[in-house]
Amino acid sequence: MKRYSDPSILPSAITPEYEYFDRRRLLAALAASAAMIIGSVGSGLAATLAPPRYTRNTKLSTREAPNSWEDVTTYNNFYEFGLDKSDPYERAQEFRSRPWTIEIAGEAELRGKFTLEDILKPHALEERIYRFRCVEAWSRIVPWLGFPLADLLARFKPTSKAKFVEFTTLLDPKQMPGQRSGVLDWPYREALRIDEAMHPLTLMVVGVYGKWLPNQSGAPLRLIVPWKYGFKGIKSIVKIRFTERQPATSWNMAAPDEYGFFANVNPAVDHPRWSQAKERRIGGNFLTSRIDTLPFNGYDDDVAALYRGMDLRRYY
Amino acid sequence: MLDRALKPVIFLLASLPALLLLAGAFGMAGQSLGPNPIREMLHVTGKTALNLLMITLMASPLREITGQLRWQRPRRMLGLFAFAYALLHFLVYAILELDLDFSDLAREISRRPFIIVGTVALLAMIPLAATSTNRMMRRLGRHWSSLHQLIYPIALLGVWHYYWQIKAAVTEPLLYAAALALLLGFRALRRSRAARAANRD
Repeated sequence: MKRYSDPSILPSAITPEYEYFDRRRLLAALAASAAMIIGSVGSGLAATLAPPRYTRNTKLSTREAPNSWEDVTTYNNFYEFGLDKSDPYERAQEFRSRPWTIEIAGEAELRGKFTLEDILKPHALEERIYRFRCVEAWSRIVPWLGFPLADLLARFKPTSKAKFVEFTTLLDPKQMPGQRSGVLDWPYREALRIDEAMHPLTLMVVGVYGKWLPNQSGAPLRLIVPWKYGFKGIKSIVKIRFTERQPATSWNMAAPDEYGFFANVNPAVDHPRWSQAKERRIGGNFLTSRIDTLPFNGYDDDVAALYRGMDLRRYY
Repeated sequence: MLDRALKPVIFLLASLPALLLLAGAFGMAGQSLGPNPIREMLHVTGKTALNLLMITLMASPLREITGQLRWQRPRRMLGLFAFAYALLHFLVYAILELDLDFSDLAREISRRPFIIVGTVALLAMIPLAATSTNRMMRRLGRHWSSLHQLIYPIALLGVWHYYWQIKAAVTEPLLYAAALALLLGFRALRRSRAARAANRD
């Protein structure tokens, strides 16, 4: 006996209008340049979303030329996906960065769980080209897309007890193979003093190079604190908690004599195993010389006041 | 046939990492060293030196286990390749990484324990490479083999150097340490057996 099957098209098979038009735009862009092809391959799910809208903040951007998309998205540390710098790019493509929920907890009037869309909705995105200095003595110039962390935190009305802000990365060993090994005490945690968190340079990042963050760069939401070593810029954030006491942070717990809580870029304070006086700007060839590392990564005019009177050798 | 091919094959295989680095440095043959080429050069030369040291140390146990002398033959070439890669590792560090800044070099060598360990290992390899010729073997006679036992502390220092420079994930250096323990353990066992046999006589 023949079974009846409904010849009409299932609603789920119909492409929504916005996706349809976005696909067209994507195809046009793909045809336009070969670099674009590499870009969309490397960005996983983020490539299927409507592109972010943003303005350029030239005032807070460095004039230095940004590194290439490949330099930034195929070479980075994200131990959740492995220890090699190419691991995040190679292993994060299937990572699901949408839907995403962020929990706000601790010393604030408003707490609870929020969807990524709710978190992002009121914020206008801006592009800021920042210097990025890794604690491993390499650096690069990155055009981030984001909004001031201060604007986000203010929405939850932190109380007077909120002296620190703690961030936590997703814990999901199934999706993040690096979490199956005990290199760090998972989940990854980072924290800032509240005045550091509220500083206008501190950026909540959702994109890079005018696109949504690719998975390997910490999608869908990450932190960038340009005057600190890169490991402070926690990726794939699922929780933000206001605390009265200084929270424990991942690298500091793993090796307290090597990675301080503050981790401000400081050419005068060596890592025990290498000098921090110079840095290698990546993306060059094997004859590219190192350049001098600047105090607070060159942002000293803006942030040195936060640490007035502090012994930066002790609080490294 | 196999015996005659062994040395050229090993020569080619041992040259391959250097050739790939060279191709990568100049963007030839589709090779690339990535966004941080000097770091990649340091990593490849260091790792290859260590691998070759380990393989060199496998020669004697293999010969004893299989009873075949052929495993002994490529030992000198492997050892010299290990030295060449260790030297290359140092040169990349001094010339490309530190831009041949001698004050930087002196400071780093004296201040960083893992660099001190690596430097000592490299220096200790120099007399071994210098006495690797047949003539030097004959001239040194029985002293030659006692001198070349330096290879054991050199391998230890090499693994230690690797272990100490790593940031967090020490699994790989620990695997090297385990392999080295096995290779040195084999020799210790053999020696204690030989000593016991000698006592019985």
